[in-house]
Amino acid sequence: MNGLVWARRRRTAARFWSQFRQNKAGVFGLVVLALFVLTALLAPVLTPDNALSVTRPPGSPLDGPSADFPLGTDRSGRSMVDMIIWGSRVSLTVGFWATFISIAFGTLFGILAGHFGGWGSSLLMRVTDWFLVMPSLVLGVALAAVLGRSLTTIIVAIGVTSWPTTARLVRAQTLAVEARPYIERARALGGGHLHVMSNHVLPNVMPIVLAQTTLMVGSAILTESTFAFLGLGDPTTASWGATIQAARDVGAVSSRMWWYILPPGIAIVLVVLAFTLVGRAIEGVLNPKLRERL
Amino acid sequence: MADSALPTAPVPQLAQSVRDRSGVRRRLRYYGEKLGGSLVSLFAVILTSFFLFRIIPGDPVRTMTHGRPVSIEQQEQLRREFGLDKPLAEQFWSYLTGVLRLDFGDSFQFNRPVTDLIGERLWPTVLLVGTSVVISAALGLWLGVRGAWNHGSLSDRVNTGVALTLWSVPSFWLGLILIVIFASGAGWFPTSGMESTAVEGWERIPDVAHHMVLPLVTLVAVVYAQYLMIMRSSLLDEMGSDYIVTARAKGLRDLIVRRRHAVPNALLPTVTLIFVNLGFVVFGAVLVETIFSWPGLGQLFYSGLSVPDLPLVQGLFILFSAAVILMNLLADLLYPILDPRVRP
Repeated sequence: MNGLVWARRRRTAARFWSQFRQNKAGVFGLVVLALFVLTALLAPVLTPDNALSVTRPPGSPLDGPSADFPLGTDRSGRSMVDMIIWGSRVSLTVGFWATFISIAFGTLFGILAGHFGGWGSSLLMRVTDWFLVMPSLVLGVALAAVLGRSLTTIIVAIGVTSWPTTARLVRAQTLAVEARPYIERARALGGGHLHVMSNHVLPNVMPIVLAQTTLMVGSAILTESTFAFLGLGDPTTASWGATIQAARDVGAVSSRMWWYILPPGIAIVLVVLAFTLVGRAIEGVLNPKLRERL
Repeated sequence: MADSALPTAPVPQLAQSVRDRSGVRRRLRYYGEKLGGSLVSLFAVILTSFFLFRIIPGDPVRTMTHGRPVSIEQQEQLRREFGLDKPLAEQFWSYLTGVLRLDFGDSFQFNRPVTDLIGERLWPTVLLVGTSVVISAALGLWLGVRGAWNHGSLSDRVNTGVALTLWSVPSFWLGLILIVIFASGAGWFPTSGMESTAVEGWERIPDVAHHMVLPLVTLVAVVYAQYLMIMRSSLLDEMGSDYIVTARAKGLRDLIVRRRHAVPNALLPTVTLIFVNLGFVVFGAVLVETIFSWPGLGQLFYSGLSVPDLPLVQGLFILFSAAVILMNLLADLLYPILDPRVRP
């Protein structure tokens, strides 16, 4: 890599940002995301030491909103505000790691299938089809049963069930890229499979992968809340989905304890929406045809 | 007869028939490939479902007899009855032959054939989720067309924003909120179930409809955004086409251009989506059915998972996956008929 390449990349990044900025919804999403990331990072500073303690909770159980506890307390007497703050850690962690697994596998298999073709590619695509038709919830439940109930299980379950979508997308893009003449030039100059895939195909596939990534984090967070709600997560983790499940368990629905049910759900909606908006904005920048429509 | 008078005539005719034959062969090959692929997928699903649920830990016999005093002999007896004591290969063979006869064995927890249970629970799910697919597709397509035609307008931006927000809502949470507000709060709708016990005859129809409102609203709200977004972007693609410009240049009214020219073409990509979602109809809405205690397949599945009730979960798993495979196949077969451009 020489200075020229870096200068070109910096210019591209600057152009990308100036176009992204024009999408107000995307900027809004980015701001919301930044706030949530900040909250997640500062969770230990923002909340008291015993915020998550069940044995020494800061308040009494199931109290409505008050000056000390703006959103009331949960069934153990923990402040709902603190629960939401700590929950952002769980959601973002699961979202990022599950997406990382899914994107890594999807990109790898997508490029391999697109580059090599032949029966190996058909076999790989059959496998992705097979993953696509299987209800992901079922696979997740089975995996959770095998690996035990923990955050890692949820991450693996979401990652493993969501990679086929990325793989299909990347394969299509790989096929399109490999049809271009400069790939032929690279081959003619003696570039091997690995060279073509890593130096020519990958950089051209990355933009699509980037947009897919942000969209996938949102849906991974949504799936995490579902799994946690079904009781597949670690019961001691303060996940938003688990909090909603706990609220349902203590009968918050029939006794209308809105402060117990409403906040975790709103937090989920905000984070997922923010990721979706950012993802769409990135798509718009990458695909000018799409941009006019946003 | 006329051929002999015109010697050149048979040649193009021959060429035509040769092309026809190779076209037929190509088409047959296309359909054959799609059909074969679906069968392979189906077999893979049957295989998976056997092994996937063997690895779920937990002794079903112990769960079944939980809380009851059962002797070791009785437990062995139960094990024999369900065939859990046989070698794995033998279990697999009887499972495979059973599946091909649509016999999934007896449920552990209900002690009845899984096929009967599925038959009972199928219709409530098809009714609920099928209705939700129809409503959300109609709503999403309508809003999508309107949004694309006036894209950038205030109503377009509001509609897209609302749809994306609702799409980000966890369905189980929305269900709970609706119950809090409209069922346990205002008391307008029942909190759970599909019908009231005391109602008989024709009265059952409005009763079931009354029970169905909240689950239906939940399902439609979280799904219709998909249709809206696809329809909107597909119609926007079409709006730039030359034939639309031509139609406009002919002086056709805006409404005619939209209805007769743009929308039919833009509908094509949504066909796939509708079929994919129809495939998930029987999978239903595990969460929504569980929250509203709707007596469908999703709720049955949820109850089977918690035991774990192997035959039940296996049977449902195969049913769910088979439905998706079947609908994808139908979409593949139907698409060339709807769109001559992709005809094999």
